[in-house]
Amino acid sequence: MAVKDYIRERFFPHIWCPGCGHGTIMGSMIRAIENLGIKKSDIVVISGIGCSSRICGYLDFHTLHTIHGRALAFATGVKLSRPELTVIVPMGDGDAFAIGGNHLIHSARRNIDVTAIIMNNNIYGMTGGQYSPSTRYGDLATTAPYGNIDQPFDFVKLALGAGASFVARTTTYHATSMIKILEKAITHKGFSVVDVLSQCPTYFGRKNKFASPVDMLKYYKSQTTPIGSEAKEKNPDLIERGIFAQEERPEYCVEYDKIIEKASQRKVTNGKV
Amino acid sequence: MKKDIRFVQGNEAVVEAAMYADLDFFAGYPITPSTEIAELLAYRLPKKGGKFIQMEDELSSMCTIIGASLTGKKVMTATSGPGFSLKQEAIGFAVMTETPCVIVNVQRGGPSTGLPTSGSQGDVMQARWGTHGEHAIIALTASNNQDVFAITVDAFNLSETFRTPVILLLDEVVAHTRERLIMPKPGELNVVKRLRTSVPKGTDYHPYLPREDGRLPMSDFGGVHRYNVTGLAHDMWGFPSNNPKIVYGLMRHLVDKIQGHTKEVTRIKEFFIDDAEYLLISYGSSARTALHVVENRRARGERLGLLELQTLWPFPVDVVQERCASANCVMVVEMNMGQIFYEVKKAVADPQKVFLANQIDGSFITPTDILNILRIIQGKGA
Repeated sequence: MAVKDYIRERFFPHIWCPGCGHGTIMGSMIRAIENLGIKKSDIVVISGIGCSSRICGYLDFHTLHTIHGRALAFATGVKLSRPELTVIVPMGDGDAFAIGGNHLIHSARRNIDVTAIIMNNNIYGMTGGQYSPSTRYGDLATTAPYGNIDQPFDFVKLALGAGASFVARTTTYHATSMIKILEKAITHKGFSVVDVLSQCPTYFGRKNKFASPVDMLKYYKSQTTPIGSEAKEKNPDLIERGIFAQEERPEYCVEYDKIIEKASQRKVTNGKV
Repeated sequence: MKKDIRFVQGNEAVVEAAMYADLDFFAGYPITPSTEIAELLAYRLPKKGGKFIQMEDELSSMCTIIGASLTGKKVMTATSGPGFSLKQEAIGFAVMTETPCVIVNVQRGGPSTGLPTSGSQGDVMQARWGTHGEHAIIALTASNNQDVFAITVDAFNLSETFRTPVILLLDEVVAHTRERLIMPKPGELNVVKRLRTSVPKGTDYHPYLPREDGRLPMSDFGGVHRYNVTGLAHDMWGFPSNNPKIVYGLMRHLVDKIQGHTKEVTRIKEFFIDDAEYLLISYGSSARTALHVVENRRARGERLGLLELQTLWPFPVDVVQERCASANCVMVVEMNMGQIFYEVKKAVADPQKVFLANQIDGSFITPTDILNILRIIQGKGA
């Protein structure tokens, strides 16, 4: 199928600003799904609130646009009741790690087979450019007019610490390798976190001396490096990208099947007795 | 056939009834005095292939059941005061997206942490208006285990029929009172199944286009129809819209589908109403005290009656107005500062004849609490 077969053209044009990275992520996500050959009716995409979350409306899957920060909780309900479905949760940085941080770490701890894609643009875009948990120290935002004094989270370290069994980072500049990473994340049996650095030229770029979206993409090119590269040894400030963890661990829905077997004395597959 | 008689607490009656109503999925978080519901369902649900999950907090347990409901499951969560506060945003999401679900709130003393182990009826208005924005809601209650069972089954039925969250507003006294429960036999109580769309694959399915009767047949997530569900105001496709015409239609539908069916949703019990000079109106555990007073006074020849409300929202204005018409005095008995009292005053033709007998200190309302007010009304002095 073509990319357009996965989108709801009826609901275009989308709301994202010119130069926004989120469309690139949507494109890579569609291509990953296409490559994996998963049927559209077997996919549920669940989002929270923010620019990122509007992705739901545009995709021709079962889509659930929920409330701020709680997308993973809704996803837990969908996945646990229908484990055979592929559940993907695109989230913004604030959605995933500020208001929704609790659900992210607990989803990771449970290792429920859901793919969390963090569309990380270091800013609250929908509300007009306030600092987020990934805004760097010193960056400007409408709520940090004198520079941000909060320290940012390293989402990869946080996801690893919480026990996510698949953790990766990529950027919108690396759209092609993003497809491969998303394929692996979606296929991974367990909780996957993919931190995707995504440019917000309108609110982050404009305030922080990026002249254009292209400059932001160039930044992702020059300031990131593959995991364990020589460049990283020379310049520790570079941000590593690639797959940080890919481990086989007991998955929550599979474990729950065992509970049903124990309680009901009957054989269970994919949650069905 | 021999009756199946149990000796259980109210929370257990909720669990038995939920299983009777085909509950598939429960998510919750421990909180007194509702925790027994979660404990029992953790044991019971997997036995029939159902799912139980203890979530990381109250907010997520509410969200989780909504997700499960959209896949076609019958779902429930249970909580108490502070947890009920935390669930409000997601309850509004269920209202807006018309997702069937049952929320048990075993009321305890509040505000804040309040009195975790004491009975209260302080969340009546929160059940009505706890989530933001204009909306209608169904809230039910009951005063004894047998009724708790029936009303819990009803909660699931109304939730499916009207595609709405239904709040089961119990209280600590009812939830923890151990008493007899005669288990209804299979088929004895009606159990409403989910109404699913008959629109075949390949034909456009409009998830938010009400039928002529106002009902919206559902399609399970994972089924043949792929559609969007959003908490934003939306059109018949489930796609966000701020077109005033579409928003107006949605708002009217959300309110009318419940307010317009108040009669159908109303559940009441009546005791000695016909010739009652003094009509008591009560609900939940305090209705037990009210009934005790009514029966005692009737034995002495005094004409007292009791209207027990099981449907609190939508408030049964017409029923209350009609039943109160011939009474000289109406006394609302509740464990708050008059949350239903003021509704009754609004409903009746002559509000000055409505009085309040209440208890708010965490102890259970006693016959004396009611009789003291009755003496004042009767001009016998305090």
